[in-house]
Amino acid sequence: MELSALLLSRLQFAFTVSFHIIFPSFTIGLAVWLAVLEALYQATDRPVFRRVFEFWLKIFGVAFGLGVVSGIVLAFQFGTNWSVLSRMSGPIQGPLLTYETFTAFALEASFFGVLVFGRSRVPPWLYLFSTAMVALGTTFSAFWIMVNNSWMQVPVGYALENGAFVPKDWAAIIFSPVVWVRFPHMLLASFITGAFCVAATGAWYFLRKEFEAEARVMLRMGLFLAALFVPAQLLFGHLTGDYVHKFQPAKFAAIEGRWETEQPAGEVVIAWPNAKKEANDFEIKIPFLGSLIASMSFDSKEVGLKDFPVQERPPVVIPFFSFRIMVACGLAMLALAWLGPYLIWKDRLEQSRWLLWLIFLSFPLPFIATLTGWFTAEVGRQPWTVYGVLRTADAATPFLTTRTVAISLALYVVLYGFIFLFGVFYIYRLLQAGPAGALVIASRDATPSRPMSVVKSSVVKAPLATGQAQEARGD
Amino acid sequence: MITFWVAVLAASILIYVLLDGFDLGVGIIFAFMPNEGRRLSLLQAIEPLWDGNETWLVVTGVVLWGAFPVVYATLLSAFYLPLLAMLAGLILRGVAFEFRDKSEKLRWVWDGGFVLGSLVAAFVQGAAVGALVEGLPMSNGHYVGGDFGWLSPFAALCGVGLCVGYALLGAAWLVYKCEGELKKTAYRLIRILSAGLLFFLVVVFALALNKNLAVMDRWMARPILFLFPMASVVAALLLGASVKQRWDAGPFISVAVIFASAFGTLALSFWPYMIPFVITIDRAAAPHESLSFMFWGAGLFVFPLMLVYLAFNYGVFRGKNRPSADHY
Repeated sequence: MELSALLLSRLQFAFTVSFHIIFPSFTIGLAVWLAVLEALYQATDRPVFRRVFEFWLKIFGVAFGLGVVSGIVLAFQFGTNWSVLSRMSGPIQGPLLTYETFTAFALEASFFGVLVFGRSRVPPWLYLFSTAMVALGTTFSAFWIMVNNSWMQVPVGYALENGAFVPKDWAAIIFSPVVWVRFPHMLLASFITGAFCVAATGAWYFLRKEFEAEARVMLRMGLFLAALFVPAQLLFGHLTGDYVHKFQPAKFAAIEGRWETEQPAGEVVIAWPNAKKEANDFEIKIPFLGSLIASMSFDSKEVGLKDFPVQERPPVVIPFFSFRIMVACGLAMLALAWLGPYLIWKDRLEQSRWLLWLIFLSFPLPFIATLTGWFTAEVGRQPWTVYGVLRTADAATPFLTTRTVAISLALYVVLYGFIFLFGVFYIYRLLQAGPAGALVIASRDATPSRPMSVVKSSVVKAPLATGQAQEARGD
Repeated sequence: MITFWVAVLAASILIYVLLDGFDLGVGIIFAFMPNEGRRLSLLQAIEPLWDGNETWLVVTGVVLWGAFPVVYATLLSAFYLPLLAMLAGLILRGVAFEFRDKSEKLRWVWDGGFVLGSLVAAFVQGAAVGALVEGLPMSNGHYVGGDFGWLSPFAALCGVGLCVGYALLGAAWLVYKCEGELKKTAYRLIRILSAGLLFFLVVVFALALNKNLAVMDRWMARPILFLFPMASVVAALLLGASVKQRWDAGPFISVAVIFASAFGTLALSFWPYMIPFVITIDRAAAPHESLSFMFWGAGLFVFPLMLVYLAFNYGVFRGKNRPSADHY
C-alpha cells in the first residue's frame, strides 16, 4: 500500500485513539470500583477496605492524568486531519462532544478534588457521594463518546442539507438501539478491565507473600466481579454482533471470513483470508454454525463479501483476526473468572500458585480485548467514515501532504512513547510499594485539576510506612 | 441562538487567554530563574491551577466544533503544523510538572521542556491571531496556503508579541501570588516586559498601517472601536500606578484589562466575520437544530456550573503563597 497522506492520517488517528483508550477503559471501571469500596468501608468499617481504596486511588490518579492528556489531542485531530468530516458532521458530532466535555468536566473537576484531599473536610456521606459522582462523570464521558461513534457506525436521525449532516431527530440519535448495545459493551469492558487489574495485583502480592489482607480483598472482589461481568459481556458482545449483522453486512462478512453467500452458512474458525484470491487459505470450517450464530437458525442464508463491489468491501484480515483475538481473550477471562471463585469457594485458591500466576499474567487480556474490539469495529466500518454516506477517502483534509502527516505522526509516536513509559513506570512503582499499612495523607497540592500530583507524597512515604514494604523495596 | 453561542465562545476564549496566559507566562519567566528555590516558588504559584486553565482550550475547541463547524474545520486544518507544535508543547509542559521532581539528573530536560513548551504554545497562539488579522490565503472558502501559508513576518511578530504579553501577565500573577525576593524580581520584570509589549504594539500597529490591512478600514468605519484602546490606556496608567504604589493585585487586574480590551478590539473589528473576511458568523454557524440542542442542556445549565466551579477553585487558592506552604 502506498504511504499517502490519507493512510498516514488513518494511522495517526488509530495510534492516538488506541493510546488514549487504554487509560479510560481502565479508569472508568476503577472509578466505579472505588465507589463500591468506599461504600463497603462505610458500611462495615473494616480498615482493609480503606487501605485498598487509598492504594487504588493513587493509581487511578496517574491513569486518569494520562487519559486527560491524550484526550486533548483527539479533540483537535478531527479538525486538523479530517476537516471534511468535521465540516459535514460537525452539526451532529460537535454538539455530542460539547456535551461530553461539559458534563464530564463539570462533574470530574468538581468532585475529584474532594476525592483526593477532601476526606477530612467533608462528612463521610458527602465523600461517598463524591466518589460516585467521579464515577458518574467518567461514565457520562464514555456515554457521549459511544453515542458519537455509534452515529458514525449507523447514522440515524439526520438529513443531508447543503453538504452537511443536519440533525433532525436527536432522540433517534441518542436512543438509537445501536448505542444501547455498544455503550454497555464498552462499559462492561471497562469494568472487566478494572476487575482483572485488581485481581492480578492481588495475585501478584500473594505470590510475593506480602500485603496478604489487602491482596485477599483485591483477589476476591476482582474475581467475583469478573465472574459476573464476563458472561454479561459475552451477551452484549453477541448483541453487538447482531447490530453488525443487521446494519453492516459487509463488516459482518469480513469478520466471519465469508466470501461466498451460503445457505446454510458455515463458521470459519480460523483461516488466512486472501483478498486477491477472494477466498481463504488454510481454512477450518464448521458447517451450519455460521447460520446459527448469525440468525439463530440452521438454514438461514448469510451474505458473503463477493456480493459487495470491491470498492465497498472492508479490509478482511484485520477485522477477521482482531475479532478472533478479542473472543479468545474473552473466553480465557471467562475461564479464569469462573475457576477462581470456584477455588475460593473450595478454599484452595491461595494454595494454587499456578492459578495465581495465570491470574497475575492475565492483566493484559482485557486491554487486548478492548483494543482488538475497537479495531474490529473501526477497520470493519471501512471504506466508510460515516457508514454508507461518507467515505474515509473523502473525509480527510484535502490539502494535507504526505510529508506533513509523516512529521506529525512521528512526533506523536515519540512523545506518547515517552510519556507512556514514564506513566507506566510510576504505576509500577506504586504497585511495587503496595498498600502500606499506614494511611497516606494526600499531598497538599493535589488538586482536582492535577490528579497526578497525588503520587508525589505517596511514592516517597509509602515504602517507609511498614517493614513489609521496606522488604519489598529491598528486592 | 447564534448570539448565545458566539458569547459562550468568546467567553471561553477570553477565560482561556487570561488564565492559561498567566501560567504560560510564568513558564516563560521560569527560564530566567537563577536557582532551584526560585523555580519551585514559581511552580507553586501556578501548580494547582494550570491544568484547569488548559481545560478551557478544550472547551473552546468543542464549542467551536459544535456551534461553528465550518470555522473549526477550516482553521484547524489550516494551522496543522503550528497546532501540532502547540499540542506537543502543552503535553511536554504538562508532564514536566509531574516528572521534574521525580528526577535529579534529568531535571534539566523537564525544565527545558517546560520553558520550550510554554514558549511554543504562546508563540503559536499569537502567530495564529496575526495570521487571521493579516488574512489567511483562502479561495472559495477553503484554505489554500499549504504547510506554512499562515506564517509571515507579521504573524511571527505577533507570536513574539504574545510571548512578551503572556510573560507580562505571568509576572503580574507572580506579584499577586508571591512575597519576598521573587515579588521584587517580578515587579522589575513588569517594567521591562510592559516596555517590551508597548514596543511590539507600536511596531505591529505601524506595520498594519503600512500594509493597509483590511482590518484597519473597519477601524475608520467604526470609531466606537477606539473605546477599547482607550480602556487599555487607562489600564496601562493603572499598571504604572500600582507598580509604584506596590499594590500587589493591581498589575494583574490592569494587564487582564489590557488583554480583554485587545480581545474585544479584535473581535469587534472582525465582526460579523469569524474568519476575516471570508466566513461570517451566520455562515459558519451550525444549523438551528444543533445550536438549540446544545443550548437547552450544556449551554443553559452546565456552562454556568462550570463558571461557578471556576470561581470556587480560584477562591480556594486565592491569596499569597506562603514560602513554607508545601509542608504541613
